[in-house]
Amino acid sequence: MSDVELDFRAHYVALVARKRLYGGIMLAIFALLMISGFMLADSRNAGGFWDGILNVFDFPADVWADTAPKLDQLPGHVVTYFPSLIETINIAAVATLVGAILGTVLSLLSTRGLARWPRLIGLFRRVMDIMRAVPEIVIALILIFVLGGGPVPAMIAIAFHTSGALGKLFSEVNENADLKPVEGLSSVGARWGQRMWLGIIPQVAPNYLSYALLRFEINIRASAILGFVGAGGIGYELKNAMAWGQGKYDEAAAIFILLFLTIVFFDQLSSHARNRLVHEGGR
Amino acid sequence: MSAMTATNPDLRGFIDTRFARKKLLSIGVPVLVLAYLVYIVFAFDIPGLAGRARIDNAQTLTRDMVSYKTHVTRDNRDGETSVSVEGERKGEYPEGVTPDWVDIAGDTTTIRLGGGQVVTFLPDTALRMEIPDFGTIEARMEGREVVTNLEEPIPDWISLSRARMAITTAEGRVSFTRNRTEVFNYFYGWELFFFTFDSPYHGYAAGEILFGPRIDPERGNIAGSLEDFWHNKMWSHGQVVWALFETILMAFLGTFGAAVISLPLAFLAAKNFTPLGPVRFALRRFFDLFRGIDGLIWTIILARAFGPGPMTGALAILLTDTGSFGKMFSEALENVDEKQIEGVSSTGAAVAHRYRFGVIPQITPVLLSQVLYFFESNTRSATIIGAITGGGIGLLLTQAMITQKDWEEVTYYIVLVVLMVMAMDSVSGFLRRKLIKGE
Repeated sequence: MSDVELDFRAHYVALVARKRLYGGIMLAIFALLMISGFMLADSRNAGGFWDGILNVFDFPADVWADTAPKLDQLPGHVVTYFPSLIETINIAAVATLVGAILGTVLSLLSTRGLARWPRLIGLFRRVMDIMRAVPEIVIALILIFVLGGGPVPAMIAIAFHTSGALGKLFSEVNENADLKPVEGLSSVGARWGQRMWLGIIPQVAPNYLSYALLRFEINIRASAILGFVGAGGIGYELKNAMAWGQGKYDEAAAIFILLFLTIVFFDQLSSHARNRLVHEGGR
Repeated sequence: MSAMTATNPDLRGFIDTRFARKKLLSIGVPVLVLAYLVYIVFAFDIPGLAGRARIDNAQTLTRDMVSYKTHVTRDNRDGETSVSVEGERKGEYPEGVTPDWVDIAGDTTTIRLGGGQVVTFLPDTALRMEIPDFGTIEARMEGREVVTNLEEPIPDWISLSRARMAITTAEGRVSFTRNRTEVFNYFYGWELFFFTFDSPYHGYAAGEILFGPRIDPERGNIAGSLEDFWHNKMWSHGQVVWALFETILMAFLGTFGAAVISLPLAFLAAKNFTPLGPVRFALRRFFDLFRGIDGLIWTIILARAFGPGPMTGALAILLTDTGSFGKMFSEALENVDEKQIEGVSSTGAAVAHRYRFGVIPQITPVLLSQVLYFFESNTRSATIIGAITGGGIGLLLTQAMITQKDWEEVTYYIVLVVLMVMAMDSVSGFLRRKLIKGE
């Protein structure tokens, strides 16, 4: 009896020891990858990390030095750049809207049980994978070359990526939808569009909305970045303000403040709205 | 029954209002969306877009994506004729070697463009072009002026001025000035993708290189061809692979660095682990601040201190994600099941053990899956940040785009970026399944 017990115990201890060993090896490999990765990145960087770390505050200090004497002009700059901020937010909003509509269609077409053409589910999934994988900057830069600068290239680029990203999340939501309303609707002869619009959309709308809000927040950041490569909005103004160089950073400071406040505002708004949606949607 | 009739009017009113609201919503929301889109059409000046769009740019882009041109150039000052792909030095045919549609014999060069069109460079800065169904165009330089046999009206595919003649046909293009005579011939495909002309392996099929006799006496076929492919001057595959690696490195260092930093901070910001309100509050605001300063702003600030490169990109991702992870991790920590911790502490475990055995096993799957999701999406962000900080594939992509002529390289990079992101997708999906579900 005690022999068996001992056996169990020894086995258990051995198991734990092995698990710890594996865990330890994994941690060691991870630490090694991180350290060697940082060393490699450091060696391929123009300036070294240890030289640069002392200068991290140089740029903020420069900006502050330019802004402090002209603090009274700051509200004026904020007002000047407000329209381009609106443009950035509009780009994100339209892109999210268009992306959500396209994503809804794509997700319905690629959910088993709901798809219009069940054979093409795989195709629509691959299409979404590719749309998701294309970074916004690629499409934006190509469209800037063809359409010229401005908000439209950024909007199309972000909408393209958003449809893929939201389509995937939406189709996960769709999988959990109750199919009874769809059956009911098809028994009275509803077409596919009607079945989806009346049977599925009301069920999944709160979850869709919560994902779309999260995406909107991400898209505001993306739209600011795309502005920096020439697609209009606050990012473009920031690039110009930076190009004026030292001594004139007060306008850049105003843009930093605007961008920061916008992101914080929509971050809080969307997390508040999502909390409410998820709690109400659960009822 | 009586109770039901009593509540009936109430219920009826309630349902009526709900229905009215629903009707309003189902009409109001689409109307609002439509109104917003109409506003956007004017705010973004979409009607004016057609005027601003450069259709010719789109044509250049699509043509260049799938084809390339070979230049035959004669420098009219010294009479030297050269043949090169895309007119680049690195694509130049070696001395004495020409494609089969070009014959160089002394001062005379014959170029067969296809479709029966033949261009001949004649001595003394003269040119002859035979075009079926049109005739023969002859041109020569007299002093500083172009003299041709063309008569009015000159067709619109020929542009003729005093100093320059340019002919564009479906087969190619000819340009003739005092300094140089140049012919462009278009071909489908990506030129010199595997080997440039200076490699001994140029022009061999894959089977010949793999299984055939040794081509370059100095090196083995496989090693030699790989080396020449890697150092291909036209496409620089080696550099591209490095750039892809750099992009992944940025995403990796940024994401996992942020996770390592924010884990202990998240404990300090979670209600059930840190009773000190002010510490929690300060940390929460710190997370909000780091998240609120967008990756773009971090990139600008850091690029000033560290200069362009992958380190800057990695740090920008790291700082933004520290804010996001701090928030997400502390929320996950607040949702842990207290029972496991109680169980561990009932055995008399120390604080560290309580965390190690009571908390970490609970949250690891949740946190790891979040981190892997971020890793995946940061691969894409790293491409974008790389374009601004000057590192990785993002930089190559923007550089190739800014020149506005190497669209085939742009296409190549885009394909690689999409493949990279999809590969990262499947790697992180695989790891998530492996680590979380323990398959």
